[in-house]
Amino acid sequence: MQYLFSVIDDGAGLATPTEEADIDAFNDRLRAEGHWVFAAGLGSPDSATVIDNRRGEAVVTDGPFVESKEYLAGFWIIEAADLDQALKLAAEGSKACNRKVEVRPFL
Amino acid sequence: MSELEVREAITRAHREEWARVVAALTRRFGDLDIAEEAAAEAFATAVARWPTDGVPANPGAWLTTTATRKAIDRLRRENKRDHKQQEAQMLHDDAPPEPLGAIDDERLRLIFTCCHPALAMDTRVALTLRMVGGLTVPEIARAFLVQEATMGQRITRAKAKIKAARIPYRVPSAEDLPVRVSGVLAVLFLVFNEGYLATGPDTDPVRHDLTAEAIRLTRLIRTLMPQDGETTGLLALMLLIEARRTARVSPTGELVTLDEQDRGAWDAALVAEGHRLVRERLAAGVAPGRYQLLAAINAVHTSARDIRDTDWSQIVALYDQLVRLDPSPIIALNRAVAIAELDGPEVALAAVDRLEDRLAGYHAYHATRADLLRRLGSSQRSREAYDQAIELAGNSAEIAYLTRRRDQLG
Repeated sequence: MQYLFSVIDDGAGLATPTEEADIDAFNDRLRAEGHWVFAAGLGSPDSATVIDNRRGEAVVTDGPFVESKEYLAGFWIIEAADLDQALKLAAEGSKACNRKVEVRPFL
Repeated sequence: MSELEVREAITRAHREEWARVVAALTRRFGDLDIAEEAAAEAFATAVARWPTDGVPANPGAWLTTTATRKAIDRLRRENKRDHKQQEAQMLHDDAPPEPLGAIDDERLRLIFTCCHPALAMDTRVALTLRMVGGLTVPEIARAFLVQEATMGQRITRAKAKIKAARIPYRVPSAEDLPVRVSGVLAVLFLVFNEGYLATGPDTDPVRHDLTAEAIRLTRLIRTLMPQDGETTGLLALMLLIEARRTARVSPTGELVTLDEQDRGAWDAALVAEGHRLVRERLAAGVAPGRYQLLAAINAVHTSARDIRDTDWSQIVALYDQLVRLDPSPIIALNRAVAIAELDGPEVALAAVDRLEDRLAGYHAYHATRADLLRRLGSSQRSREAYDQAIELAGNSAEIAYLTRRRDQLG
């Protein structure tokens, strides 16, 4: 069972060196214990572009699809037996990156 | 067996066996929806068959077998058995058998699943009442004054989340247990309080169905986890409050406060059982938690033959302990009520006034102030406080009481 951990930033910006080190340590643990699938940080919402090609003509819009104070700063995809295990890992991930983490299951 | 006896047997079986049947089916089919529907069908079959066939020797086993057949029929009919069973991996259970015995263990799994912290509190309450308590969706909707469709959606969404997010069907590990039990107890206390201080102009001031259900489920948890002090504390607390239920509302539907209650009308058996549980916790010699302290406070109240015999210094001492555990303004307000008896209304009023910024929207804050001001002879200020309390109160018996007290002011 895979879960997406979304890292929610509310304006703190890039991770500090301490946060980076803690995230690396957490990632090492995920790998060592077999939970690791993939993880990445994302460019800021300023760097986003939205494309809408539902009507046959691609409309390009500058900026994120929704403007909000909180935004997706990065994510983990992890493997866990169930939600309890995922929530435990997310709690550690949140501590490591010093941000809120949303947990959602893959279908 | 008379028709009445059969009907009673069905009611008893529903009360005693519902959770067991749902839990056994959830374990087998790994799906709360299938378990709930099949259990409901099995009870419907019992209603149809028992009056002619007679009540089976072991109603629980009959119901579980019948429900299992109904579930298999349903899966075959829907021709989705393999698919459903694949889907059913969501409620897999990887835990080795717990030392509680298979059947009790299963009900406990069901309770912990329904009270999972990843579900919203009101959802946990609704799901527990449905899956563990066996209340119907219309009953739960009525109890919480929401539309039936709204309550149905809430329960359906919860079951979908359990499945999609893979909330496990298991009793939490020893390290997580204390935290998770406290969530379960919070759900049961919420059910009890909603029954005890029912809100809404058209509801009975006391919903005995809800208080009884909360007590029954707490008893179940205690049977399953007799060593958990807070579970015992919550049961004792509920029993000691429930014991005073009939004395608490007058024949005209007005709240009767503790000092005016007919103590002879208290349920002596419930008082005795509550006291026994409080003593059991005292003897355990473990630092008491919130529910145990609240139970101890209620034990002191119910030990006094007369309001004047009440050991207020002990009550204040217990509140002091409680404030350290739970520094909420509501606990501080209740402590101030006891302080009024020990140190006088003036000291209490000063303590209550300090809570204004946090409790200004809470009717009991204004009701307490109104009473203290009345005792201090400040009629005008007391009347204003009663007005505010009446405006904020939701319980019809409380509103009737507050209105009379206000109108009695000179």
